[in-house]
Amino acid sequence: MIARIMAEPLLSLQGITKRFPGVVANDGVSLEVYPGEVLALLGENGAGKSTLVSILYGLYRPDEGEILLEGRPVQIASPSHALRQGIGLVPQHPMLVGRHSVAENLALGIGSKLFPAQRIVPLIEKIAGAYGLNIDPQAPVHTLSPGEKQRVEIVRSLLGGARILILDEPTSVLTPQEAEALFKVMRGLRSAGKSLIFISHKLEEVLAISDRITVLRRGKVVDSLLVAQASKARLSELMVGRSVSFDRKRSQPKLGQPVLQVRGLKARSSRGLEALRGVDFTLRSGEILGVAGVAGNGQSELVEVLSGLRPMESGWVELGGKTKNIRANPAELFEMGVAHIPEDRIHMGTVPSMSVAENLALRQYNQPPLAHGWFTDAQQLEANAKAKVQEYAVATPSIHTPSGLLSGGNIQKVILARELSGIPKLILAVHPTYGLDIGATEQVHQVLLDKTLQGAAVLLVSEDLEEILSLCDQVAVLYHGELKGPFAVESATRESLGLLMTGGVV
Amino acid sequence: MNELLSVLGQAVAFGTPILLAALGEVVAERAGVVNLGVEGMMALGALAAFATAQTTGNLLLGLLMGVLVGALAAAIHALVAVTLRANQFVSGLALTALGLGVSGLLGQHFVGSPLLEPLPGAEFRIGAVLLAIGVWGVLYLTQTGLILRSVGENPGAVDVMGISVVRVRWLAVLFGGAMAGLAGSYLSLSYRPAWVDGTTAGLGWIAVALTIFVGWHPVRAILGAFFFGLLYHLAFRLQGRVPSEFLLMLPYLLVVVVLSLAALRRQQGAAPEALGLPYKRGER
Repeated sequence: MIARIMAEPLLSLQGITKRFPGVVANDGVSLEVYPGEVLALLGENGAGKSTLVSILYGLYRPDEGEILLEGRPVQIASPSHALRQGIGLVPQHPMLVGRHSVAENLALGIGSKLFPAQRIVPLIEKIAGAYGLNIDPQAPVHTLSPGEKQRVEIVRSLLGGARILILDEPTSVLTPQEAEALFKVMRGLRSAGKSLIFISHKLEEVLAISDRITVLRRGKVVDSLLVAQASKARLSELMVGRSVSFDRKRSQPKLGQPVLQVRGLKARSSRGLEALRGVDFTLRSGEILGVAGVAGNGQSELVEVLSGLRPMESGWVELGGKTKNIRANPAELFEMGVAHIPEDRIHMGTVPSMSVAENLALRQYNQPPLAHGWFTDAQQLEANAKAKVQEYAVATPSIHTPSGLLSGGNIQKVILARELSGIPKLILAVHPTYGLDIGATEQVHQVLLDKTLQGAAVLLVSEDLEEILSLCDQVAVLYHGELKGPFAVESATRESLGLLMTGGVV
Repeated sequence: MNELLSVLGQAVAFGTPILLAALGEVVAERAGVVNLGVEGMMALGALAAFATAQTTGNLLLGLLMGVLVGALAAAIHALVAVTLRANQFVSGLALTALGLGVSGLLGQHFVGSPLLEPLPGAEFRIGAVLLAIGVWGVLYLTQTGLILRSVGENPGAVDVMGISVVRVRWLAVLFGGAMAGLAGSYLSLSYRPAWVDGTTAGLGWIAVALTIFVGWHPVRAILGAFFFGLLYHLAFRLQGRVPSEFLLMLPYLLVVVVLSLAALRRQQGAAPEALGLPYKRGER
């Protein structure tokens, strides 16, 4: 460890500053990356991690500061230029052509003129073998799991001769087991002398894999420390600027009558495939049921059926004592007390080009007091918006600002304010805190917990196991359209849920 | 037997301009650019080829001019739809209207004076088939083709490799225009070696529809083009027995039929993912 610190840094950033209109995304950031180490770049959303990655990868030019590679100042003009200098990126969302094979994707731009996809296969196999990256060069990319796509991106960087690999939030799409496999690969790369920059906001993972940690907050480096000096509490304090509790947030629930009963529910996906294969569960008033699972295992379809967006094929659903009409539409269900916090908060949850006030009125625009007959009442619309903006502390320049200009956390607050007005009986919350910073996340959690105390039942779909374990009373896992569970939360662990998410048995 | 051979021969002759134009459109659309201007580029190419051949007496020079003018017309589309990122469909439609109008206007002078020695058609037919195989080879066996197909699927993935998406799309659109010009030249120098306004008779639209029908695949385009050449020819044999308005309507009816068939076969699933979408760096 000491020897590594004494060595010459492979990459060093000195006083990097990048300004955008109204924001300083990176403010005098300095950091070093040494050969053969894993440096974690830790920070909340909006702390400046993505901007820094974009600068290293040649997508942005810094306004001030210098990048030194092996002590020599370099300019990084473009992603391909970055790779030629030995800096490779494994992006958060893979930049691959889904219809093409792995070999075709990897040959793009760097393979031979003739038969590029065929001739690159031996090279892929050599690199994949050397680092234990298990991929099939002939497989079409759209058939690969997120973890496999990530491995393709890693191989691409290595094919390009990368000595420094930037992994941008690589575990956000992985199950715990897949993440462990990735860490194994990362350790292999480290012992082969590669340097890795690991971007994350998940503290356990940062502590598990890194040698050193650099923490960013509001565009500035707040501290760089060795992993031995770090702890979860210390890191979160550095990250957020105050201490954060990791305890279970749920107090003793007040459970009531069943609100929602689902039996033998079957439904098809938009492509006509069986997405739900007989789902059963019961949700009582005041209860939070967490549904975990890797995306695409039926979560979207389940929520769509329950919110009236998708017809069910068979089975029955009883809501508040009434057997639900299969043809019920979302507006009727909202009247019956079903609130929906959708997965895609920008395009499904709001109309981005419409004002905050209009978005807040979307559920009740055609009813008194917002409407008189065919006409809307502009004053009532404003009054409604002002009250809700205040109640949910939405940070918006004005209620007439298009909602698309707000930050993710504030858009989510607009949705919460609209959906949870009145007294919802059932709240369908899909990834409600995905991409939000810790402050906004806490607020969303608190709102959901408060509503359960008022008698609402919550169905929480999330890929964040920490969130599920800290909020829910019951947990279940959707795998290939079948619901495993629900189990009492006390009997579930990260590991057992992770196993169920990949089709294992506990 | 002879009757059958003659019908098949006519089908191939009629299918050749469709195939040439469709190959160009396959390439452009594989790079993600829809060009609905095929009919117009074809008409301009046809007139340029005919006018050059008629005035200079040099048929090959006419052919070259037809190809060049087709490509030049496509450059308008490339500028508007690729560089300026305007709506590809509107730009293409405008190009068709422009091409038909301009060729009609400038061609008035040449009406009624056919070429005395037209180009032989056999070379065109064989050449079109060889070109189809050639396009297939480039698309699937070379780095150039890999880049082109990737641009049509996910231009961002090509951009990060340091390859200019705009350049690839420009070249693909120019190739499409050159092929439409070649198809037009075949019509005016060989198939119907005279200038009449509206000589393209909706063949460009069939080429656009065929591109979808064959699932953006150049080799399947050979069979598709000859199949539609056959339908066309059979319909023409009905001349005198059905109203001529029906025959004039035929190409457009065929487009509807082709697209319905394609939809039934769910070929739309094979469409390049970024088809019709202008590319701007940093947008997903």
